Amino acid sequence: MTAKNIKVLGTGCANCRNTIALVENVAKEKGVEVALEKIEDLQQIMSYGVMSTPGVVIDGKVVHAGGVPARNKVEGWF
Amino acid sequence: MNNLSQFSLAKTPASVGQWLLRLFIASVAWFAAYSQLTAFADWLVQALGLSRQTPFGEAVHFFFYDTPKVLLLLTGIVFVMGIVQTFFAPERTRALLSGKRVGVGNLLAASLGIVTPFCSCSAVPLFIGFLSAGVPLGVTFSFLISAPMVNEVALVLLFGMFGWKVAALYLVMGLLVAIVAGFVIGKLNMERYLEDWVLKIQAGQVDQAFGDRPGWVARFDAGWGHVREIVGKVWPYIFAGIALGAGIHGYVPEDFMASFMGRDVWWAVPAAVLLGVPMYTNAAGIIPIVEALIGKGAALGTVLAFMMSVIALSAPEMIILRKALKPTLIATFAGIVATGILLVGYVFNLVL
Repeated sequence: MTAKNIKVLGTGCANCRNTIALVENVAKEKGVEVALEKIEDLQQIMSYGVMSTPGVVIDGKVVHAGGVPARNKVEGWF
Repeated sequence: MNNLSQFSLAKTPASVGQWLLRLFIASVAWFAAYSQLTAFADWLVQALGLSRQTPFGEAVHFFFYDTPKVLLLLTGIVFVMGIVQTFFAPERTRALLSGKRVGVGNLLAASLGIVTPFCSCSAVPLFIGFLSAGVPLGVTFSFLISAPMVNEVALVLLFGMFGWKVAALYLVMGLLVAIVAGFVIGKLNMERYLEDWVLKIQAGQVDQAFGDRPGWVARFDAGWGHVREIVGKVWPYIFAGIALGAGIHGYVPEDFMASFMGRDVWWAVPAAVLLGVPMYTNAAGIIPIVEALIGKGAALGTVLAFMMSVIALSAPEMIILRKALKPTLIATFAGIVATGILLVGYVFNLVL
């Protein structure tokens, strides 16, 4: 299985860092291989149509926006 | 910045019934505590062997009356607002505003600014998201001005410390500034002062639906999450602010402020607005100080102008906005909002 490509969209606020840490944590727990990317560039963020950060994109699809996702929601992605 | 399922209360999600029971118990406790505020502060001052006749005793009384009062009010209102916000996701607000005419649109945008979850770190994505969905520039600005300035924390604190009339005046004046400033910016046709890349973002790219309509359990969870987020963030400011306010209350002589912040000092309002720009704090940190200043003879209009300026015209937010707006537009935005706040300050000083 190839690694899931996960992008966290955010301009660098505390919630964005928390989101990244949470995704990393859950992925490790579940033993899923992920390629985690942090997108801080506004133009790129906007190209996903996300209006409130942080947002999460998995394999090119926006799955979450507007705050740190709940743990069980993150678990559902893997 | 709020999310429906940002926080989970317990391992197993509660049912609606459990939530209602919790809310009932919490409400009873809340009202019981709120009715005993003065008694508690009186008792504590006495138990410490102090007297309200001394400056220190008065300061201690002020602190132990105001702190629980503000925290109780804040917790209650923030919980309710957390639930209200689940009905107004940014996507929903944008849908409500897109294609609205200037005027009606400005009024609606400023009002939605109160109930839509907003965080200054999301200001630019939100701004562009609105524009790309066809919300006019002026209407977008009305939202962007109202959202941080007229928020539940500011209103709760004003209500708790000055009563509902001042809170209502602040609400009306804040909305007015947002509506008029947005209207004027819209009339100036300043679209060309947006950064080029903003204009290139196509409408229609943004129509992504994710997340389902939340149920009531999710809404209650969101309310509680909002309390943890907001109250958890602002309580140190409230403690520090009230402690400072208590010190001023106890020790600074009566009418000390009147000489340079009183209503007869014409330059006090512009000075307050200018002073507010480089400062960046939230409403919670500033209002207790505001109360103490007013208690010593500072004019309400001057102090409110200062408060609005601190919240709505902050240098850090301008720097974030610079990524999407050209300097001319930022300067226009700041100039118009500052003028509006000046007028509010003078009007308050005149009528109160």
